[in-house]
Amino acid sequence: MKLLLTGGRILDPSCGLDTHGDLLVEDGRIAAVEERTGGKKSPGKAVQVLDVTGRIVVPGLVDMHTHLREPGFEYKETIATGCRAAAAGGFTAIACMPNTNPVNDHRPITEFILRKAAECGLCRVYPVAAVSLESAGKSLTEFGDLSEAGAVAFSDDGKPVMDSALMRRALEYAASLDLPVISHCEDATLTAGGQMNEGAVSMELGLQGIPSTAEEIMVARDLLLAGFSGAAVHIAHVSTAGSVRLIREAKARGVRVTAETAPHYFTLTEEALWEYDTNLKVNPPLRRAADVAAIREGLRDGTIDAIASDHAPHASTDKDVEFAYAASGILGLETSLGLSLKLVRDGVLPLEALVAKMSTHPAAILNLPGGTLRPGSQADITVIDAERNWTVDIRRFQSRSRNSPFDGWTLTGKAVLTIKDGVIVFQDS
Amino acid sequence: MKLERKDILGIRDLSVDEINLILDTSESFLEISTREIKKVPTLRGKTVINLFYEASTRTRTSFEIAGKRLSADTINISASTSSVVKGETLIDTALTLESMHPDVIVIRHSASGAPHLLAKTIRASVINAGDGTHEHPTQALLDMMTMKARKGRIAGLKVAIVGDILHSRVARSNIYGLRKMGARVAVAGPATMMPLTMAEMGVEVHHRIEEAVLDADVIMMLRIQTERQHQNIFPTLREYARYFCLNRRHLDLAREDCLVMHPGPINRGVEISPDIADGPASVILEQVANGVAVRMALLYLLTGGKA
Repeated sequence: MKLLLTGGRILDPSCGLDTHGDLLVEDGRIAAVEERTGGKKSPGKAVQVLDVTGRIVVPGLVDMHTHLREPGFEYKETIATGCRAAAAGGFTAIACMPNTNPVNDHRPITEFILRKAAECGLCRVYPVAAVSLESAGKSLTEFGDLSEAGAVAFSDDGKPVMDSALMRRALEYAASLDLPVISHCEDATLTAGGQMNEGAVSMELGLQGIPSTAEEIMVARDLLLAGFSGAAVHIAHVSTAGSVRLIREAKARGVRVTAETAPHYFTLTEEALWEYDTNLKVNPPLRRAADVAAIREGLRDGTIDAIASDHAPHASTDKDVEFAYAASGILGLETSLGLSLKLVRDGVLPLEALVAKMSTHPAAILNLPGGTLRPGSQADITVIDAERNWTVDIRRFQSRSRNSPFDGWTLTGKAVLTIKDGVIVFQDS
Repeated sequence: MKLERKDILGIRDLSVDEINLILDTSESFLEISTREIKKVPTLRGKTVINLFYEASTRTRTSFEIAGKRLSADTINISASTSSVVKGETLIDTALTLESMHPDVIVIRHSASGAPHLLAKTIRASVINAGDGTHEHPTQALLDMMTMKARKGRIAGLKVAIVGDILHSRVARSNIYGLRKMGARVAVAGPATMMPLTMAEMGVEVHHRIEEAVLDADVIMMLRIQTERQHQNIFPTLREYARYFCLNRRHLDLAREDCLVMHPGPINRGVEISPDIADGPASVILEQVANGVAVRMALLYLLTGGKA
């Protein structure tokens, strides 16, 4: 089976490729990338030809931070619905966090996730296993065994590792196995009871604040631990100017740190919360305009390596309640690309850098095979229409949940074709 | 003049004209409570539900009396006796009550923003009777009514608010109202009881009561929630009282005709020394009386009454 994408702009940050041409897929692999010569090579009969003129052909997008909720919270999302949402959002690979029920802290759960993902087949799913048993912050999980079962990284996401000694051991042990640790940076003693960013808006709304220092203290701690031990650390969902500054300084000192942020942290501020919309309740919380500017600058100067959605599905029963009782989290898979393309139009990032942060870099951080269009590599491809105006409509989401604050927003640019292993898994009609 | 709004969720949303309308209407209702027969037929056939998710004696009683003096059918629901204990959501409770066609729902809730959720869900008018650490608009209105009655004006007054500002819905509503009406507001409390961004609300911020009450026309003391001690908001009640309990020495720093207010219930000897609470400067019981009039005015105006 062959597939030929003709006439598109082929953009591959992994090898600095940016050309107009054709891309041939054969047996699930990238067979050839050919510059448009104006010639009229007639493809063979067994070739499916798709004209993608005016579109951008990039390595399949990789979302290194999602929540699929299965096992345990299937009413919010299943692995299958999450994979459908991923494909519709242009993602060919996603990493899913371990805060399921049970927590992904043992081989059978990792294997279960992989089996479910394989049954669905629409998206590569890379489980992130817990750092500690039940993410309780007490004892390390079996990194080696979980890794052999298919876990690609370790994180107690949602529950920060408060014990500094445990975090040190986790970083060191993971480094010896060449596995990444992803840190959810919040000092739980400073965030306890918090509902939104601490500042003028939380004061007026009477909602208990979460200070930006709660994040920065933990970022600083993890950078110090990484620097001291020589181990690598990946900082999840960076949301404050102070975190960006700390990571920038650490990188300059040679600390092995990578970092991600999520679209809502460079798109929305705490000012959006005036109406107590629980769809805007998220951890870490939406911050101030100065933080948004710093996140954008961090993306621009390379301090922040990756954009991840932190796709966090919640059902109406979790969200249609008093703000203090509402679950934290924002859907991301189906809006991430549209929101991130705004960075290109705003002049924050060239398109190539954006694709790197949404595909090549996350693949590299997690040691995944994707993020490239090099001939011979797996044919995971996303075709983007960067000019397409479309309106976010939560009723049309593939996700099982509807908790998006972007409902009704008009975005420019979306994935129109998602190909995994050479097979079309999503095509915009 | 009519009040052109469905709900009273906070003072922040109200215009100066609306506040004046409510205060004027409240004054006209004050007299009803002094009659031998304390009842007028104004709201006959109207239904008012007091939906209280948080313990309250004075506010609930005040709303109930206000409704009854206007001849409304007044029903009280408290969280302990309702289906809340069975796990029903606020929205489901609201829709259930809505089906019985109430005209006004008065809600008190420990979660900030709960009245907004209720107001979005139902067609009936919603009055916020205190939500979390957000707003307590009827308290601020009765406080302003009391100041206006005693001082003849609000504009130009210096009002000192003392205590746990961070957790006080009374403070927030009063700050919004008093600033809109042209008063000067000074707040005082230990830094642990003060938002870092406090000055952005247009008030003077002090950490010593002596500085805040200097030349004040009104001193408003806030209730201390003793359970906050466990969050290290203050070390001990003893130490709090030592620095922030309003006494004669403080009152001497204020203007001679200074009023002392408190939203109640009072922790005697913690927030106010007994001689001040019972002394001539105290208008605490007048606040309670005005509270009924303010709530009568709001029920009347929200159900279409004209001033």
